[in-house]
Amino acid sequence: MQKEEIISTEKKEYTTLNLGPTHPATHGIFQNVLTMDGEIIVNTEQTCGYIHRAFEKIAEHRPFYQITPLTDRLNYCSSPINNMGWHMTVEKLLGVDIPKRVDYMRVIIMELARISDHVVCTSVIGVDTGALTPFCFIFQQREKIYDIFELMCGARLTTNIGRIGGLERDWNDEVYKKIREFLIEFPVAFQEYSNLLERNRIFMDRVTGTGPITAEMALNYGFTGPNLRAAGVDYDVRVTSPYSSYSDFDFNIPVGTTGDTYDRFMVRQGEIWESLKIIKQALENLPQGKHFAEVPEFYLPPKEEVYNNMEALIWHFKIIMGEADVPKGEVYHSVEGGNGELGYYLVSDGGRAPFRLHFRRPCFIYYQAFPEMIKGSVIGDAILTMSSMNVIAGELDG
Amino acid sequence: MAELTNEYLLQKLQDQFGSDILLSEVQYGMLSIVINKDRNIDVLQWLYDNEELQFRFITDVCGIHYPDNKDNELGVVYHLHSLTNNVRFRIKCFMPVSNPVIKTATTVYKAANWQERETYDFYGIIFEGHPNLTRIMNVDEMDYHPMRKEYPLEDGTRTDKDDKYFGR
Amino acid sequence: MSTIIQIAENPNVLEGPGFALTTLDKVIGMARANSLWPLPFATSCCGIEFMATMAPTYDLGRFGAERLSFSPRQADLLMVMGTISKKMGPVLKQVYTQMAEPRWVLAVGACATSGGIFDTYSVLQGIDKVIPVDVYVPGCPPRPEQIIDGLIKIQELVKHESLRRRNSDEYKKLLGSYGIE
Repeated sequence: MQKEEIISTEKKEYTTLNLGPTHPATHGIFQNVLTMDGEIIVNTEQTCGYIHRAFEKIAEHRPFYQITPLTDRLNYCSSPINNMGWHMTVEKLLGVDIPKRVDYMRVIIMELARISDHVVCTSVIGVDTGALTPFCFIFQQREKIYDIFELMCGARLTTNIGRIGGLERDWNDEVYKKIREFLIEFPVAFQEYSNLLERNRIFMDRVTGTGPITAEMALNYGFTGPNLRAAGVDYDVRVTSPYSSYSDFDFNIPVGTTGDTYDRFMVRQGEIWESLKIIKQALENLPQGKHFAEVPEFYLPPKEEVYNNMEALIWHFKIIMGEADVPKGEVYHSVEGGNGELGYYLVSDGGRAPFRLHFRRPCFIYYQAFPEMIKGSVIGDAILTMSSMNVIAGELDG
Repeated sequence: MAELTNEYLLQKLQDQFGSDILLSEVQYGMLSIVINKDRNIDVLQWLYDNEELQFRFITDVCGIHYPDNKDNELGVVYHLHSLTNNVRFRIKCFMPVSNPVIKTATTVYKAANWQERETYDFYGIIFEGHPNLTRIMNVDEMDYHPMRKEYPLEDGTRTDKDDKYFGR
Repeated sequence: MSTIIQIAENPNVLEGPGFALTTLDKVIGMARANSLWPLPFATSCCGIEFMATMAPTYDLGRFGAERLSFSPRQADLLMVMGTISKKMGPVLKQVYTQMAEPRWVLAVGACATSGGIFDTYSVLQGIDKVIPVDVYVPGCPPRPEQIIDGLIKIQELVKHESLRRRNSDEYKKLLGSYGIE
């Protein structure tokens, strides 16, 4: 008893340690000023905004169709999900009926993007524990997702895929072939990758119990996505407010229990398997039909028609010059992004650009809990916690 | 328990807060109400504590600027989500640009902390009682709130851009 | 094996049995060019493409640059990948000044070269506003092949740089114009 008192009244000297803004282990531009008691983190002061690019201000100055490239650069690990989310928001505002085929194609694209997002996160957790092999191994497979995106839209990372009302072009045979190949090859490679980490004693000892968070705390901090599910809350936007025909598919939501790094890792691993399941179902049941909805006011007509058809030319002109009528209104739409609920709050005053567009960026909201999660742990654990939360700078800073 | 509909929710709110609910509308399936900005925390806390409604998840806090709304130029928009009932709804509070002060929601939701800082940074809305109301995105030296409608998007200090190529 | 092994061209040397004569510039240039230690200053999207560049499919190690140096004091090449905001500008400059001479800078992506699509109040309109740049790589983001091409261009510069360049008045004037000692 007495000894404890002596320790607590003893004058302590804390060290201040600056982690970031540029640091190999932070995977982006985050600054943390840590107050250290020897090896133990007492507190941290976070600074963000190092790549603040003013998306919301730009969005107020761009017509609707020019906002898609901005959404690419939010969470750039899974750009297509952001693109689709934006298209669906505008479609909700306009009240467009989207053909089933487009929904299914979008689901395939979004789930591929989710895989590529989660693969980056889980392999980087591996890198931070010192396991570089899984990273090198799985990145070869990740390139195949990029190959598919490239065939679909011509870009790898910042895809700008799809248009308001549908997809810009139908998939060619090569795309189907590549997706089918992917569905056969990826699970094999991914299983091998999982074997390297999932039940690896060294890895498990390192990540179990690192940076835990309780379900109550996670909800109060506004956690969504895999990080919330790792804490044991089965909240997934794809299920609670289904969009793009997600209700047609049969899939599970993996949940964790303790919300530690291992759970976050395992939830993402589990989601990759579920994504593969969804892609398989969507591809098998892909309906025939058009790859766009009948919204000539917003969906750009094909180039051949613009050159040869008066009506198409007029629509093209109207869309590009921003003459199409947009209803007034406010709409909130959210999709399940790689990191959680990615929301779009769009206020339209009938002009060609949104009056106000706010992105609910999951990273920005849950990164607040970081000090709470790392208090009392060591620096190595802080790094792991950060990489397992998958904080993406572009999304964080908006 | 019966399904929580927008009408029922609105009725409950009106019973509790009466004239503090200034406006209400349903857009695209989501209820949206405008409340007296001085009662914002009372409403949020009540919604949080209510055993039936259980609005315990704050999806989003953001600001908005209507330069033409005299004395109600600046607004704060809350998106709430009741996970148990799976219902979302929107609360808006408006205040004059000359005195943009509102109570902080950090007492109810920890998640509001940074979002309010962001709103302060972008719109200059002061959240009373916020633990650390400083700029979050922009440099501390910045002397204006960039998202307000009167400020331009582009950087004013650029020298390499010739206006005649941009039709200005 | 059907692969044809290509032997690199003999550098321009005076050769005899057991010896080769050349200038010190060339030897040092060759050695430096093939063992660059890059400092990846990855801020956003281009950083993910850089990860792909480092990964086995593209493999930057083929060009002798697989050893990433996260400490600016040991790095030869600063690779700036991604948007640099005005808040980040001073940090970038500090990193650059901490690097030892000779140092090269590769600006990867539209944002680093010109601010890209983000012509806004918060974004620095190209990193050449704060530090001198040797090679610009266009693209938003550039493909890994483009990043590798940029690195090869840097290697060419390194190979042919005179050892006296860094002491010349011209170079000092260039740094002076950025306010760097």
